[in-house]
Formats: sequence, C-alpha cells, structure tokens
Amino acid sequence: MLGRDAIRQQRRDVRKAAYGNKLDGSSGGRGSGLAYPHRLNFYTVPPKEEISLEEFEQWAIDRLKVLGEIETSQFRNHTPQEIDATLKRLLEKYMPLASNSSIPESDRSNPRRFAGLSNERKKDHYSHFILRLAFARTEELRRRFTATESVLFRYRFSTDNTVERAEFLNSLDLNSEAVGDSEKNALAEDLKAVLVSGSKMPAEKARQLFEQEQYLKVEWDRVSDLVESRKVFLKRGYAYLPNTMMLSLVMAEFSRRLNEALIKTDRMLPRLDEDGRLVPILEHLSKGFTAPEYTSSTSLASTSGETITAAKIDSLSSHFPMCMKNLHTAVRRDKHLRHFGRLQYGLFLKGIGLSIDEALIFWRQAFSKFTDDQFNKEYRYNIRHSYGLQGGGRNYKPMSCQQILMDRPPGTGENHGCPYRHFSLDNLTVAMGRMMGVEDRSVISGVRQDVEAKKYHLACNRVFEYLHEKELKKRDGGAERKETITHPNEYFDKSWALKNPTKNGGDGGASETKVKSEDGDVVMT
Amino acid sequence: MAPHKTTPDDDGDDDMQDVDSMQVDSAGAGEKTLVKDELEQMFDDDLDDEPMVDASNVYKNNSGKAGMAVVSDILSANPSDPQIMLQFYSRLFPWRQLFRWLNHSELPSTDFAHREFAFTLHNEAYLRYQSYPTFETLRRDVLKLNPSRFEIGPVYSARPRDRKQVPKGSFKPIEKELVFDIDLTDYDEIRTCCSKTKICIKCWQFVTMAIKVVDVALREDFGFQHIMWVYSGRRGAHAWVCDKKARRLDDGKRRAIAAYFEVVKGGSQSGKKVNLDRPLHPHIRRSHDILKDDFKRNILENQDPFRTEKQAERLLQLLPDRQLNEALREKWDSTIERPSSDKWKDIDALAGSGASKTVIPKVLLEHKQDVILEYTYPRLDAEVSKHLNHLLKSPFVVHPGTGKVCVPIDISKLDEFDPDDVPTVMQLLKEIDDWKNPVKKEEDGDNPLSRVSDIDKTSLKPYHDLFSKFVQKLLNAEKSDHLEKPKIKMEGVDF
Repeated sequence: MLGRDAIRQQRRDVRKAAYGNKLDGSSGGRGSGLAYPHRLNFYTVPPKEEISLEEFEQWAIDRLKVLGEIETSQFRNHTPQEIDATLKRLLEKYMPLASNSSIPESDRSNPRRFAGLSNERKKDHYSHFILRLAFARTEELRRRFTATESVLFRYRFSTDNTVERAEFLNSLDLNSEAVGDSEKNALAEDLKAVLVSGSKMPAEKARQLFEQEQYLKVEWDRVSDLVESRKVFLKRGYAYLPNTMMLSLVMAEFSRRLNEALIKTDRMLPRLDEDGRLVPILEHLSKGFTAPEYTSSTSLASTSGETITAAKIDSLSSHFPMCMKNLHTAVRRDKHLRHFGRLQYGLFLKGIGLSIDEALIFWRQAFSKFTDDQFNKEYRYNIRHSYGLQGGGRNYKPMSCQQILMDRPPGTGENHGCPYRHFSLDNLTVAMGRMMGVEDRSVISGVRQDVEAKKYHLACNRVFEYLHEKELKKRDGGAERKETITHPNEYFDKSWALKNPTKNGGDGGASETKVKSEDGDVVMT
Repeated sequence: MAPHKTTPDDDGDDDMQDVDSMQVDSAGAGEKTLVKDELEQMFDDDLDDEPMVDASNVYKNNSGKAGMAVVSDILSANPSDPQIMLQFYSRLFPWRQLFRWLNHSELPSTDFAHREFAFTLHNEAYLRYQSYPTFETLRRDVLKLNPSRFEIGPVYSARPRDRKQVPKGSFKPIEKELVFDIDLTDYDEIRTCCSKTKICIKCWQFVTMAIKVVDVALREDFGFQHIMWVYSGRRGAHAWVCDKKARRLDDGKRRAIAAYFEVVKGGSQSGKKVNLDRPLHPHIRRSHDILKDDFKRNILENQDPFRTEKQAERLLQLLPDRQLNEALREKWDSTIERPSSDKWKDIDALAGSGASKTVIPKVLLEHKQDVILEYTYPRLDAEVSKHLNHLLKSPFVVHPGTGKVCVPIDISKLDEFDPDDVPTVMQLLKEIDDWKNPVKKEEDGDNPLSRVSDIDKTSLKPYHDLFSKFVQKLLNAEKSDHLEKPKIKMEGVDF
C-alpha cells in the first residue's frame, strides 16, 4: 500500500509527464474566474488537482470507448454523418459536455451553479491527459490518438454554440493576419472563384456572399488540408482563408499541438516507470485501443486442408471481389501489373493462402512477356519482399477495403483500387456484367445508387449478396443476416465457404474476422 | 511502407522509394571498409592517391592504339561500360557544385554530411545509406565503386552510415528538397508519336507544357524561388525545389502540394479524367490559359489524337451533348481520317449551326476546357513528391540506357530544350579528346595556369554554368541563416 505522500508524488509525476517540464504553467482562459470558461478545450494546460485512482481509471475508460468507436466507424467506412450520429449517442452516455447556455446567464458567474458544467469539463480535460500518457509510447499510437481526438474535437467544435465558439476562438492564438479591403478587392476575382466554386450559385448571390466575407492570411502550410483540396486561394506562399473556413485552421493547429505534446510526453514517460500502480493501468488502456484487423493467419488453406496453388487461381477467381477480379483480368490481359496493382493483388493472394513458392510461379507465368532474367531482376525481389523474405522481413498484411479506398487512387495505366470507387459509372456497369456476371437491372441500379452515395462497401456487399443469393438463403433459412464485408479476403473466404459448405462444418463461417463490438470487446463472427 | 522498386524498364523512369530493406545484403561487408576509408580520408586532404584514370589507356584496351581509330569506339561504346563511367566521374562530374548545392554553404555542414547517397552498382546491387563529410570523399568512393548511377535521399538526424550506432528511433529523415517527377510513361494513352521508352521532340512537348504549369504555380502560389529542372536522361524531367521551407516540409504537406497539382485523375477504367468544379480554381484557370494554345499546336496538330474513328469516339465520350455527338459522328463518317484540328473546330461550328437543340453553350465550353486539360495538364508521379524520404536520381549522372547526362534545363529557354541535343557521355569524352587549346603557346608548356578544365572542353559547360549559377543564388539566400547552423566538427571522430 502506498503512503499518502507517495501517491502525491506519483500524481506529480503524472502531471510532469503530461506537461513536459513546464510544471508551473498557469491555467489558460481564467478570464472569467472559472477553471473551464469554455466548453471546448485545446488541452494546452495539464490537470493540477488530485483525483482518485478510481476516477483516473474510469474517466480514461469512458473516453477510450468514444475514441475506439470513432476508429471503428472510420474503419467501416461510415460517412461523416453516421459518425456524428454515433458520437452524439456515445458522448451523451459516457462524456456529456453541456454548453454555457444550458444554464441561465445570471448563474454563469456563480461557481456553485456552474459546478455541473465544471465537472463535465474536468472529466473531459483529465481523461484526455490520462490517455496521452497511455498513447504517447509509439509513433503508431500517437498517430491514432491524434487522429481520433481530432475527430472528437471537430465534432464538438462544429456542434458548439456559435457565440461560445467565437469566444473560444478568440482565446486561441492562431497567428494570422487580416486581409484589408484594398487587398481583398485587388484579388476579388480569384477569391470569389474559390469561394463559390462548385456551388452553382447565381452571380448576384455570389457577389453578396463575397462582399460579406472577411479574409485572413496564413502561411499556406498551416491549412494544408485546404490546399490539398484546392479550397483556398494561394499567393506567394500565403493562403487566403475566408472566416467560414476557420475550422480547418483550428483543426490543423489542434493536431499539430497535440502531436508535439505527445512527443514531449513520450520523452518524460520513463520517469513514470518507477511507479507500480499507474503503469499497469496505462498498459491496459493502450491495449484496449486496437484497430480491428483481418487476421490472415486463419486462411482458407489452413481451415479446409486444401492447398492453394498457382494453377487454381483462375478457378478460384470466381470467389474474388471485383477489385481483385479486375486485377486478375488485367494481369491476364496485359501480362503485367504496375507496382500498386502487384502489391494489392499479391497480398490478397498471400492472404488466401498462396505460398511464396506458388506465388513466384503464379507471377512468373502471369508476366509471360518478360524473360526469366527480367523477371528475376525486377519482380522477384518485390514478391519475396511482400512475403517478408527479403529485406526488413516485415510481414505485410493483405489490404483492407479502407486501405484500398483511401490509400492511393489508381493513376493512368494502373488497375489497383476499388472499382466501385475508381471506375466511372458507365465503365462500372459494363465491368459488373463482364467480370462479375451481374446483369440484373435492380442490382445494377442499386449499386449505382450506393456509389453515388459514396457507399462503396455497400455496393460490394450488394453484389456479394446477389451472387450468393441461393446459398445465403439455404444457410440462413431466409432470415435476414446483415454482416458487412470490409476486407477483400473476408469476401473471398465467405464466398468460398458458402459454395463449399461441406468442407468446414455447417455454419459457412470459415472466416474468423476479428471485429470489435461496440463495447470494445473482441468478438469472433 | 510498401516495397517499391521501380527500374528504368518498369513503371517510373528513375525513382526509388524508400524501403529500409532495399540495402543489398552483400553491402554489409563493404560498408565496414568504407567507414574505415572515410576515417582515413578525413585526415587526408590531398587527392594524389586517387585512382588515376587516363582516357587514352581505356581506349587502348579496346583498339590497341590511341588516336583517331579510337573515336568510333567511344561513340559506339555502351554507355554503362564501367570504364566510360569511370572516365565521366573522374573528369566531368561537377562534384564541387553538387557539394555546394546540397551543403548550402562553403563550409562542410551536416546538410551534406547527413545526406544519404544510394548507389546502383554495375551488378545491379543497390547500396543505400552512404554518406560523406565532403565532396572529396564522395568523389573518391564513387571512383572506387563506379556505380552506374546514384541517387540522393534526405538529410537525416545523424550520419546515414552511423544509423545502426544511434539509438533506435532517433535516426530519421529531417529534410529533403521537394521533388517532382514527370515521366512520359504516364502519357502513353494520349501520345501517338512514340510509345514505351521512345521519345521525340513532339512528345517532349508534354514535358515542356508540364514544366511551364508546375513552375509558375510553385513560384506564384507557393512562393518558392529556388527551383531546378533536370532532364531525367530519357523521357522525363525532375524538379528540385530547394528553398529552405520546401526542404523542411513533412509528408503531410508534401502530399497536400501533390494533390493541389493533381487534375487528371483515374485509372484505365475511369472514363472522363478531368472533372472540375466551376468557376475554376485560379491555379487551374491560369494553367488552362497557358495550355490552350499549346493544345492546338502540340496536341491537335502534332499528336493528332482524334484522327481515326476509334480515337474520335474517345473525344465524343468527353463531350456532353448526345445530339451534337450524333451530328459530329455523321459528319466525320463521311470524311475518312479528318484531322483532329478540323474535328475540334467542327464541335463549335456544328453547335453554333443548331445541329443540336439540347446543347448548352456553357456546359459545352466547360467540357472543351476539360478536354484541353486532359490532353495537356501535367501528369505527375505523385508518389515521388509525397515522401520526404524518397530517393531521386542525382543531377548530372548518366542514364544507363541512353548514355545521356541528366542536365539541368534552362527554364528561360524552355521551349528550345530538345532531349536530342543533350550530350551523351560518349560524345563528351570524344569532345575532350578532340579539344585543342586555341590560345595555347609553345612556351607555356605544362603551365597549370593555362590548363583548361575538362568540363570547359565539352558541350557540358553551359549546363554546368547553369547549375553553378543556380547554386550560387541558393547559397546567397541561405547566408543569413548560416550563423546558427551547426558546423560539423572536423576533429570529431568520436564514436
């Protein structure tokens, strides 16, 4: 049992670790005399008060549930609206955070009346800093923590009361320069073009909107997301930012500061290791934050006893999702695939159980227009590398739909990516017929709707359900069973299992995809 | 990071993605001796004991005698002949300017010493994480290893050679020039004159157009000033943006710039590849204004991409109005292989004559703009630009396939640049051989003052001067920051 002093010391260490060496930092935003005048928090000042070990753990777990769900939603390709809806529900349950306007104005300067709000904000504040300790350890954890915290902040920022949000913004030092009227007018044509781009707004309305707009000037790299999507006008290294786009600047600043703070925290962490009670809690917390991932260890080959060989790929390709079917068709047609196509397809084949020796045979035969010498020189290394046999020995995992959708869109002459996302609608329709044998009008129009709504995984699942209609009915006896496939290898395994029900005992569930349930536990489906 | 190795005969022309493990296994042993050599060299300022290579000796090996008989041998020699390369490195490669360029100062600093060099040896082995305190040591190692080419990577937090000695995780890339790669492979579906590794002055115009658009945007929009364009030796060009701010961009910001430039999107199945919101972003509008005249000359006239029926169908796919398309198809059916310029004019002519009741002039105009962009706007290999630790072939190395030197391109005379004029290493060696000092007097004898450097004897000189001028400007701009920069400790051989 730790003595009182020891516990105090340990909390001081926590503070130190969370805050770097600036232990005496004065609390920000004390203007109103309250600890938390704003609902929103940039988390620049670490907690200073003592809390119990139970609170320490419980608050952290509550926040983790929210962050974990954010990550899961992103993994499942949910739209921003869906993520917002999920967040609304979860935040009410685990971390409510009311605005100042939820209590009468006259009561707001009264600390006692304000106590309810203060407690909510304190929990938000402390839990954030506790999780910093748990997620500062590796670059991967830091990246995921920053990414999910940013989503959470963005949600709260965009749902905040406009007046309070403006007050909060004023309290931040964002280091930007106002654009004067003469400069604004000199650049009017360019600024207006960017402001109304894509809105199809009538000229008169556009003019009014532009006149009301006020601009800030910041160095372009502080709003690089807006530069990336060409949503701002750039001149000589400066981005001209309309007031309505402040969110971008705030978000960039939020994640930049958080990432810097996490790196500092990481450097301070070794001091914490002397403590016996916090470390296990933190270890446990960081383990609870694991992304769902398709486990290729239980591939078809190992569960069914069937060996996947290069010669069988053509026939097995009837179980491939469209992205892989497309790559397979391309490699047969062109006798070649460009780099990211090889990577996407090669890892998929590895995932279905193609051994390295068979993979070399497969690719050698597929690239028939190359000589042995060319093949050995240019491709062999790559293939062995993707099996972890060359170079760093890293065992690359098959790509998930998320990766295929988000990572790098195919360029000219490339065939990787997701057909539902990267084909034009017309080409997609043709390809569905030619590659997947889907001619059914209702399915095609369903897919087109999904694609237009940007629900690419739904389109893919729709095709899967159509192609396996009979088997699904047989297995489920007509009962609706909604399971969304989020990984090409999962598609393959499910398809194969449905067509070969005898080989793996009844349920048709050869795949053992680990998917995190809402409560953060890992369940086997 | 995914494994990514592109070779000249595969996808990209000449870039190499960072893969920690690309290091060939056999390099381990060689590396130790290199470190030892480097130590010796740090105390050894004179270069007397460098491997002496004499041009005439090499020729003798081939022909048995020196002189005119040999000349045809040089010109027909394989550019990747190790002896030729050795000649080139020892006599023509601008080592000092390369050093000044990467070092940003006259005094040796970590900017150079922590910079990664990667060599492709003649046996195709790939040697990564080489680093050198000064250009003399780099030169010496190159003469010893005699790589067929070499690449430049980022500046790391420690010397790349010592990466295994520093604590894990503290060895990381800190800065590198922002780079762009334009390669004609990415234009294969729209260029009609050549394919694969072939190139002519007609299709070189794709590169010229791309350079114009990217260069002006980097200067006007992003405010960069020190941009060097380099011919990649076969069918493309690289840009090196050397401003300090550009060098320090992290991956996210590099990705943002790459995306800012991306207009032509989609793979082989994507249909219409340019789909832009209106009004056009000022960068796109400016690009379109620059490119629209080029489109008429370089595309419609020289490439003539809509000549056959099948090609013309591709054009119709990009236009918005069905009735108009029908009218165009009918007209084009009656004249076999009507030139693209005429077909392009037909669009407006038929639309104006009321051939379609449904055509909306504004929409048609926008689609025509999109077509112009699809056929002229730069197609950059974005992966090269996105990563701080991407390696790129050094300027002035020799392309192993063509023998051409990767020379800088004078942006003020961009339209005059013709890859055919770029000297090959064989030509240059012959020029040295043929050179006679016009002012040399008998009594000078071997007076070193009257000695002319080998570069000055060749057609490499203007490119070398261009590079020197660029480097000098960069150094002048860096001077103000100089004082704070940590200098490498020449006495510090501490491990």
